[in-house]
Amino acid sequence: MKHYSPTQLALKRLRSHKLAMISIGILVSLAILVISADLFTALLGIDPNAVNLMNRTAPPSAEHWLGTDVLGRDVLARLLYGGRVSLFVGLTAALAAASIGTFIGLCAGYFGGRLDALLMRTTDSVLALPALPVLIVLAALDLKKIGLPDEIAYSENVSFFRIVFIVALLGWTTVARLVRGATLTIKERDFVFAAEGSGGSHFGIMFRHILPNLVSSIIVAVTLSTGSVILLESTLSFLGLGIQPPMASWGAMLTNAQETIWEAPMLAVYPGLLILITVISFNFLGDGLQDALDPRATS
Amino acid sequence: MSDPLVNAVGLSRRFGDVVAVNEVSMQIESGETLALVGESGSGKTTLGRMLSLLLPPSAGTLEIAGNNVVGLSRRALKPVRRNVQMIFQDPVSSLNPRQTVANILTEPLRNYRLGSHTEQTARAIELLDAVGLPEETLQRYPHEFSGGQRQRITIARALALNPGFIVADEPVSALDVSVQSQILNLLADLKERYQLAYLFISHDLAVVHHIADRIAVMYLGNIVELATREDLFRSPTHPYTQALLKSVPEIRPGKRRLGQVLQGDPPSPANPPSGCRFHPRCPRATDLCRTKAPELETRSATSSHQVACHHADTGA
Amino acid sequence: MIGYLVIRLSQSLLVLMIMSFVIYSLIGLMPGDPIDLMISSDPYMTSEDAAHLRSLYGLDLPIYERYWNWLMSALGGDFGYSRLYNQPVAQVLVPALMNSVQLLVVALVLSISVAVPAGVLAAYRQRSVFDYSVNLFAFAGISIPQFWLGLMLIMLFAVLLGWLPAGGIAPEGAPLGEQLRYLLLPAITLTMTSIGSHARYIRSAMLEVLRQDYIRTARAKGAGASRVIWRHALRNALIPFVTVLALDFGFLFSGALIVETIFAWPGMGKLIFDAIMGNDYNLALLSLMLATALVLTGNLLADLAYAWLDPRIKLGSRG
Repeated sequence: MKHYSPTQLALKRLRSHKLAMISIGILVSLAILVISADLFTALLGIDPNAVNLMNRTAPPSAEHWLGTDVLGRDVLARLLYGGRVSLFVGLTAALAAASIGTFIGLCAGYFGGRLDALLMRTTDSVLALPALPVLIVLAALDLKKIGLPDEIAYSENVSFFRIVFIVALLGWTTVARLVRGATLTIKERDFVFAAEGSGGSHFGIMFRHILPNLVSSIIVAVTLSTGSVILLESTLSFLGLGIQPPMASWGAMLTNAQETIWEAPMLAVYPGLLILITVISFNFLGDGLQDALDPRATS
Repeated sequence: MSDPLVNAVGLSRRFGDVVAVNEVSMQIESGETLALVGESGSGKTTLGRMLSLLLPPSAGTLEIAGNNVVGLSRRALKPVRRNVQMIFQDPVSSLNPRQTVANILTEPLRNYRLGSHTEQTARAIELLDAVGLPEETLQRYPHEFSGGQRQRITIARALALNPGFIVADEPVSALDVSVQSQILNLLADLKERYQLAYLFISHDLAVVHHIADRIAVMYLGNIVELATREDLFRSPTHPYTQALLKSVPEIRPGKRRLGQVLQGDPPSPANPPSGCRFHPRCPRATDLCRTKAPELETRSATSSHQVACHHADTGA
Repeated sequence: MIGYLVIRLSQSLLVLMIMSFVIYSLIGLMPGDPIDLMISSDPYMTSEDAAHLRSLYGLDLPIYERYWNWLMSALGGDFGYSRLYNQPVAQVLVPALMNSVQLLVVALVLSISVAVPAGVLAAYRQRSVFDYSVNLFAFAGISIPQFWLGLMLIMLFAVLLGWLPAGGIAPEGAPLGEQLRYLLLPAITLTMTSIGSHARYIRSAMLEVLRQDYIRTARAKGAGASRVIWRHALRNALIPFVTVLALDFGFLFSGALIVETIFAWPGMGKLIFDAIMGNDYNLALLSLMLATALVLTGNLLADLAYAWLDPRIKLGSRG
């Protein structure tokens, strides 16, 4: 008789969820495309940052498969590199937010009492902030004023780290609530009592018994938040507060789209469309994962 | 052994305003099976949790093998835990679905750093053998087993630290009737082999008749009768016990629910009746019963048979 | 119940106080301060002048004192002056708030009038093509970047078809029809995100109630009772829907910022954005505070409505 671990059983259930499988397909394809951006540009001999003012907003051609943008740069190349940034920011920030949220939710749910009350009050307070306005303020902060040295404050990659940081700073709350709720349920199961009776320590029980049973909720939360994070980053970059040029992300590519709507509408369509496809795939995947990992949960 | 293995005096537990367990005293000798019988809401599970050191009492004293266990820190309690283990009712939730059986069985050993890895695995195989499961069980996950097999694994886990006292909370209630007697026989067998004391919590008198040495009947947080198995079945004294036994025409294992023969609904522990808590459903109730709660006392005839009733000597 | 209300109200006020300090500090960390801006516009200002001005305005005090001073004048009704608009902050805020409310109300009406029938129909024809479409639409709604949706709508309706204006607000005193023309695209953009989710919520709430009622009444009455059941279910489903709307209030606010900026709608959201970008500290501070207060109010109302609806919940005690 074949033995299946609970994980393998879950994967089998996931395979039967059509939308989720399609989403995985889409996301994997996208990932492959953006990772091989270097290969692609090398093969075609295109530099995504090469400005060519003689060839602004050109229509698709043999040399530039999707045409050029307002500065004459190849659109397809920028989409690929931008996608790399958008996806990377999305996953990194989602994982960071999930880690913080899991730690807080687990401690709050397990220890209960005043720690729980304190942590939940903090969570509620952060949730009470109007998210986007606060993110904008955070993105507009002058880094020197908080003491960062010049080399870091003005470096090229700082916009990337900054946006991951501030998005995670506000994003942990959903995961914290989710994890806390799941912890409260798991805490009452008999095997946790048995672990206590067998001499288990607090941390032993949290990491050996509760956390492994939280993993499914966390995976779902990370998948779903990746979508939201990508949306958030694209909005901030669109406003000029996220990823800074010359680094591109899909949102950043749309920064001046409103002015160019009249002369080159397609420039506004491509990046947004890609964001939509990516985020909806993450959402479908998260939905499928939820069904697969916890078949008793109702949607 | 002159000192009882488990010595509880005046144990109480309250949750907010609700008194779930009301000043219960009991002693369990090494190697003896004490059955705790009652309806849901009687407080038997809460009492079981206190005796298995999983729930601190609100009041009272508790000694395990002569050591006081009330008010101890988690660290001080750890050595005592080795002697007290628990078996649970629900075979599904009593095993961590993400652990292999090997992990489940060796975890207590790892917690106390007993033996090397190979020694621990050998011990796990030994435990499986004691409950009648093959060695291949080790690599499997709980979901691959039936309810009866899972209970065997739970029992094996309870034996891992060589305890002297096991609290079994309705260990067979969730199992098929055909499997129940197998597990009961296993428990009786293990008791002989390892000199175990059991607190056997159940709502099923027929099951209890099979395995108990002494029986305590619990109602709404109080023990109302405490006697040896023969005494209780031959001459039940408390009106509650008498009603319970009337509902079991023959002693046969089954899922007969207690309390079907009594008048009225079982009251909730949040709002107990005054005086003797049983008086609203008692055919013998008098004014005395309504005002003064009776103490658990021995009858004159046998020194070990205890009853909490003002009219214990009258009646059938 | 009153006790619960008092507790929640004081909790919210406490949160608001803490948040006001947090926001104050954050604003202070924005690039430059008012004196820097003065310096950049007045090349003759010396560093002594600057230092003198700083102490005059109390800008060299530690943050706690500055916050306290601000708080004291704010409680007295003096919120400071808006640098960008050259008016007292309150005067700038109120009309902007009114414009935002206009937009939010239209968005809300739009959302309810589409989501409720859609949700009911989806529940009625479970697993039909319509039901699946509603589901798909809901997913698309939460996956689409709002600013991009706005741009696409502008492209379609303003640029391509020329039916609706690409942004702005109707001039003062314009007829209702004209005002609606300017309101339509921003309102649609705002609601797209949540319409699908609302429809799904109504759908599952309906199914939940129907499952209970159907079994009960099916035994008692005949087939003609079905319409009564549906109406009853709808009523029961709408009540908790109110809490969903109250909670969405916060999201609407964030969304309004983007939508207003894209469509140049002179509301609170756009005001916040312009204030932050334009380093108008007083305006940014107060408008952010107001936004936080509104979100807290929405949450409080949602909690109260939820508690009122479900008296089984022990009010004020935790688990």
